[in-house]
Amino acid sequence: MRLVRPVHTVVTRHPLRWSAAALVALALAVAGCGSSSSSSPSAAPSSTGKPGGTFTILANSSFGVADPAQNYTLQEWQLLIDTHDGLTTFAKENGLAGTKIVPDLATSIPTPTNGGKTYVFHIRHGIKFSNGQVLKPSDFVTTFERQFTVPGPTAFYSDIVGASACSTKGCNLSKGVIANDSAYTLTINLTGPDPELMDQLALPFAFAVPSNTSLKLLGNNVPPGTGPYMWKSYNPNTELVLVRNPYFKQWSAPAQPAGYPNEIIEKFGLQVSDEVTEVMNGEANEVFDGDQIPSDQLTQLNSPKYSSQVHVNTLTADWYMALNTRTAPFNNVKARQAINDAANRTAYVKIAGGPSLAVPACQILPPNFPSYQAYCPYTTGSQTVWSGPNLTKAKQLVQQSGTAGMKVVVDGTNDQVGKALVEQMVSDLDSIGYKASAQLLAASVQYPFVQNSTNSSKWNVAWSAWYQDYPAPSDFLNVLLGCGSIHPNSDASPNIAAYCDQSTQSQINQAESEEATNPSGAAKLWTQIDHEDTNAAPWVDLYNPKQIDFLSSDVHGYKWNPQWYILIDQLWLS
Amino acid sequence: MAAITEQVEAPADLRPEVVGRNPWALAARRLWRNRLAMAALILFVLIVVACLAAPFYAYHVAHVNPLAPNLNGTTVINGKVVPVMQQGGGTLKLGETPIGPTWDPAHYALGADDLGRDVATLILYGGRSSLLIGIGSAVLCCVGATVIALIAGFFGGITDSILSRIMDIIWAFPVFLLLFSISTELLTHSQGFQFGPVHVSASSLWLPTIIIAFIYLPYVYRPVRGQVLSVVRKEFVEAAIASGASNLRLVFSEILPNVVSTVIVLLPLMIATTILTEVALSFLSIGVQPPNVSWGTIISDGEDLLYTRPWVSIAPGIMIVLTVLALNVLGDGVRDALDPRSKLRVGAAW
Repeated sequence: MRLVRPVHTVVTRHPLRWSAAALVALALAVAGCGSSSSSSPSAAPSSTGKPGGTFTILANSSFGVADPAQNYTLQEWQLLIDTHDGLTTFAKENGLAGTKIVPDLATSIPTPTNGGKTYVFHIRHGIKFSNGQVLKPSDFVTTFERQFTVPGPTAFYSDIVGASACSTKGCNLSKGVIANDSAYTLTINLTGPDPELMDQLALPFAFAVPSNTSLKLLGNNVPPGTGPYMWKSYNPNTELVLVRNPYFKQWSAPAQPAGYPNEIIEKFGLQVSDEVTEVMNGEANEVFDGDQIPSDQLTQLNSPKYSSQVHVNTLTADWYMALNTRTAPFNNVKARQAINDAANRTAYVKIAGGPSLAVPACQILPPNFPSYQAYCPYTTGSQTVWSGPNLTKAKQLVQQSGTAGMKVVVDGTNDQVGKALVEQMVSDLDSIGYKASAQLLAASVQYPFVQNSTNSSKWNVAWSAWYQDYPAPSDFLNVLLGCGSIHPNSDASPNIAAYCDQSTQSQINQAESEEATNPSGAAKLWTQIDHEDTNAAPWVDLYNPKQIDFLSSDVHGYKWNPQWYILIDQLWLS
Repeated sequence: MAAITEQVEAPADLRPEVVGRNPWALAARRLWRNRLAMAALILFVLIVVACLAAPFYAYHVAHVNPLAPNLNGTTVINGKVVPVMQQGGGTLKLGETPIGPTWDPAHYALGADDLGRDVATLILYGGRSSLLIGIGSAVLCCVGATVIALIAGFFGGITDSILSRIMDIIWAFPVFLLLFSISTELLTHSQGFQFGPVHVSASSLWLPTIIIAFIYLPYVYRPVRGQVLSVVRKEFVEAAIASGASNLRLVFSEILPNVVSTVIVLLPLMIATTILTEVALSFLSIGVQPPNVSWGTIISDGEDLLYTRPWVSIAPGIMIVLTVLALNVLGDGVRDALDPRSKLRVGAAW
């Protein structure tokens, strides 16, 4: 998932950018298998939580339209996981355990039949929505059909039989999603095997809503869910309020544990510096983790006084500069490798807030991710860890490529961090003999601009960032660098570099098909693909970001889930 | 009251120092004798000279590459080599903070910005952009507005109506709303201005210059047009018409010399206004674009460092205050020097 950019240091999870046409991708944040390296003692899960109280989150802005079939922001997803459930979910556990898929509204994870194309789910009995309505398998038919009738990122479920004929005008999934309300089963038929279906079903897009929910966009009205909380109100300009769902009874602690606070409030519209001050003063409980804490206040947070209130976690995400492989100079692999060798990743890490908040990266897959094996061919010394730019080699490669002296346009966003990253890249390019210039665009414009091939003659290097949708290598290697992710003339073409290598694509296809039958073989293949893509250098990988959670001193029970990040309802107040 | 009457009634025009002198020489003399205005002029010239000397300061005094990021750089403080960007302390070590002022011109006198660049050097380079855009757009605006006002006022009728209504339309928009809209579109959406074969890239200083000049056109046009309308009806213009003077001659020989003093009075005040406008635009990232810097971009870069490194924002702020103050005082002085009524006052003083 591509997130809107952070400004200083911290990973932002503001409205994700998605595009209706498209593709794959985006969705939640991160994860990786969990190297939740929280810095405080309270990071350990607490088993002595005290229910009650109001948990208040402060956020700079809201997450836009709340309809769960459309919203693609982690900001809302962190709350939707407390109010809604899907057939499966990522376990609501701290750290690595949180990447495990567990059954939620389904009683178990089914084994696929029909060559991996059919899944039969048994739905739990006795679960009620927050409006009192009893959950039935047929509710899921509406849920999936809404994926296509409500404009949103439909690609996650496009393999369901009948989905190809769906549009915002109507959808009939009678052959793809078959509900049997008497047997309490739900059958999902796919057009082809999809080893990542369980991950995709755990995303909030697939959270169950009552069957009588409108197939049209609901705007800021969130339909009833089955979780421990329900939406009382949401005003994007002021605040949202979640209160307890009176019909909730815990059925699976790993999937949907009961929450601690009686009420969860998220207030919008404050300056981040004010948010930090309020949390410092105990007037609120959390600075929304997508808001970027200004440098000045980061310095304050270094004080021992706040050490137990600050939590830093490594994200499975990449910040990178895509190299336009359609045009010179970066249609030449040596030119691409040259800038990879020249990129001063220490400088980029400093822009991100220093080594405590980012880790230099050379390869596509982030650390702590399935199939990740440290690899860095673009540095001096070791081939596994980046230690410094190799300018001598970079200059040689530029000469060999015959591209020295060419003009290069570096495209990025016009916020503080965006500007800094672009200026550093311009400096790195200049240092190896290119004539680089900056092109800064508004954040809302930049991402579609660089994706659309009609603009490909206007830039050579483009900033981008990617946060995992779910922990699967294909979410990086196929979504961002697969040949199928190039969509000419579309604003939703996540392979920004337009890099397509047919032999690598064959390996990707093979790895995907082997995931179900030969997982260890597939994992090795993904590692190989990662290294091959890194050698082909369609990107300059800059760093893997970390994330800060800042909580008030009366908050306990901090848990950080690699998929959902902070588990809000598992926090309790003293 | 008696004193004023005495001044007004004083036969100043008959004094030997004034009688028969060129009015421009008289104005220059009045300006020269206005100590406050001269002090402002000297201050403004000093600022301009300092900014022009930016490359000398960067390469020969501060020994830095002025606009390139220097995040991994070092400098010397009290004989010790220290990194320009310093990692946060405590156990968490969050954030990177640039070094603060050393007050040593050779070693980051005013500290570093968030890219590790020397703030003192940036201020001089930023001043070049701010002054260039400020002066450029003010001159462009004044020249453009004067030409339009001459055409409108001289030809009158439908020409005047059309031109005046166009100016009214621009006038009707709140200045900054229109400014931000145009700048946002041209700088961050369209990557510059394209009109037929004319292309101005987003990173060019010409773009904010043209935008600001355009926005302020009506503000100069209105008083100048009024002046043109009053001059056109004067007897000496009628006499020139009667003697068969061409339109061009009427405009350039008879009317323009009599309205130019209005433009000259407006110019320094317009420069002050356009500098402030440029700063506002750049502060919002829709003015000067990297790799160029301006006082506005430096203040913006220092926004996140207000508590720990306030000089990143304060220093360019001081330069803006001094420049605008100097221009306003100078503008007042020029107005006093060119205002016909001031002749009486100056004459009385003599």
